[in-house]
Amino acid sequence: MTEAQPDQAARHDPVYDTLHATPEFTELRRRYRSFVLPASLAFLAWYLLYVVLSNWAGGFMATTVVGNINVALVFGLLQFVTTFGLAFVYARYSGSKLDPLATQLEKDYEKGRARG
Amino acid sequence: MSTQFLTTTLFLLVVALTVGITLWASRQTKTAADFYSGGRSFSGFQNGLAIGGDYMSAASFLGISGAIAVYGYDGFLYSIGFLVAWLVALLLVAEMLRNAGRYTMADQLAFRMRQRQVRTAASVSTVVVSIFYLLAQMVGAGTLVALLLGVDSQAVQNITIVGVGLLMIFYVVVGGMKGTTYVQIVKAVLLMIGSALIVVLVLAEFNFNLSSLLGAAAENSGKGESFLQPGLQYGSTLTAQVDFLSLGLALVLGTAGLPHILIRFYTVPTARDARKSVLWAIGLIGAFYLMTLVLGFGAAALLDRDAVDPAAGGQQNLASPLLAEVVGGGEGSTGGAVLLALIAAVAFATILAVVAGLTLASSSSVAHDLYKGVIKKDQPVSEKDEVRVARIAAFVIGAVAIVLAIPAQRLNIAFLVALAFAVAASANLPAILYNMFWRRFNTRGATWSIYGGLVSAVGLVLLSPVTSGAETSLFPGSDFAIFPLNNPGIVSIPLGFLLGFLGTISAREPAAEDRFTELEVRALTGAGAEQASQH
Repeated sequence: MTEAQPDQAARHDPVYDTLHATPEFTELRRRYRSFVLPASLAFLAWYLLYVVLSNWAGGFMATTVVGNINVALVFGLLQFVTTFGLAFVYARYSGSKLDPLATQLEKDYEKGRARG
Repeated sequence: MSTQFLTTTLFLLVVALTVGITLWASRQTKTAADFYSGGRSFSGFQNGLAIGGDYMSAASFLGISGAIAVYGYDGFLYSIGFLVAWLVALLLVAEMLRNAGRYTMADQLAFRMRQRQVRTAASVSTVVVSIFYLLAQMVGAGTLVALLLGVDSQAVQNITIVGVGLLMIFYVVVGGMKGTTYVQIVKAVLLMIGSALIVVLVLAEFNFNLSSLLGAAAENSGKGESFLQPGLQYGSTLTAQVDFLSLGLALVLGTAGLPHILIRFYTVPTARDARKSVLWAIGLIGAFYLMTLVLGFGAAALLDRDAVDPAAGGQQNLASPLLAEVVGGGEGSTGGAVLLALIAAVAFATILAVVAGLTLASSSSVAHDLYKGVIKKDQPVSEKDEVRVARIAAFVIGAVAIVLAIPAQRLNIAFLVALAFAVAASANLPAILYNMFWRRFNTRGATWSIYGGLVSAVGLVLLSPVTSGAETSLFPGSDFAIFPLNNPGIVSIPLGFLLGFLGTISAREPAAEDRFTELEVRALTGAGAEQASQH
């Protein structure tokens, strides 16, 4: 169980260990995780809140907002708004905070391979 | 001109167009990368359209608008889960999968684990999910074509199923990923334009006032205010409520584990393009579900109640095509006939594009994972040989789907789709997420979570009222339903995650932990990821 099995891929190029240990990589991983993990928990909680309210808060969901439009419809449409919004925010965040670091590390990888 | 004639003509046009595209694409399909991933040369926008084409199934187009037409607000609940689910794909899966894998879902697991075991597990789960989803689409196609041609005959439905099956085999065998992608792009464009046209015509009937549309829908439904509130379809017993929660979980967590969606991320040159494709897909799919809201309530407001309500012998799934006929000028009018035929052809194109994606995903996995990775693991396999096996696998899977779809006509389509999502969420998603985020994760954890999620999701359905113990069951005569819910997700998804955890901590696999270093660097930076092929 402890030694590498024959059908497992071979030990990788050491350049990956070097890259993994750089402060740039640690920073990239920190930035990525510190965005996607809380964001995922938030949108899942927000979605489950909607499902739970649809199930168990019929009276609240039936409240009229204007004309024939009630809270249930507004809440449902808000799920669309937050989905579009979070997608947009992530696109901006990844473009400015993640991509430059990732591009730099990828260049270092090409250089590291050329040397090795 | 009769509607039947117009409909048949447009159906044949759709078939001719897609066959033409496939033949054209086949000339550019030479290598394995071409066959599996279209040479990774699609742009983010093209792939976004294709993802939309792959995802917006007949179950969405006909099923959701029909459910809204009959049950009002509750039909809308489905589409919200289907949309929000894309955030899981965007934030946690698409980019890292693009960087870490090559052709199939199994690749990113095999990257650091024991090939034979994880490839077998991932391939089994890919084929099972795809077959459930395929059956839903093919059964839907049979019903749709028979109804649209106005012939209520079992023979027509069977012929349609065989015809759709042969077409999808043709798209995949001849066109590979390139052909399939273009078929999906064409379908997505047709679907968006067709839906938008009907939406504008419906809204025009109500002077573009959403509130009056809703008011008319509630009044015509005969159910009043409650038509616009949650609860009509799912009921208010505790079992029904927990069942709905269970469905909601499977919808939101299933999308990012659907193999035919996952392989689409490999068709673009970089992870950034994979991200762009998901962003486009979210925009398209969101816009589409907003349109189904108008289509559904429009059908409730404008159609004769008995035409769509299954309780009155109506055809729920025909709400959208019938609505097109009404806003086009009504039955017997030229405008009505043209729009009905148009929407019917769009629905048909929709089914063809989705079944092609599913067949491609499962045949790729059989050839790349089972044949090359497991059966011929110790021998060199040429690309030509691998692609040949993938084509044979597409034939076999297509044939199996045809044979299964004919008896499956007794099953409920929405249920088959929900089951595919539940299996994807329980078996595939835990393994994908653990693999990307947890160094300690290993072969045993991966196989336990995949087989555990798969067996528990399918097993619970076998022990549920879907299979026995109720009038609507597959076997209404017997009763072995010890699990009260129709949707297994609330149990099987946590179980998939738990088994992945337990399997992992009960074994140590230093090689897998060591290779995580490369996986992580690759996944986050793209260093060493598969490149687009040069043409």
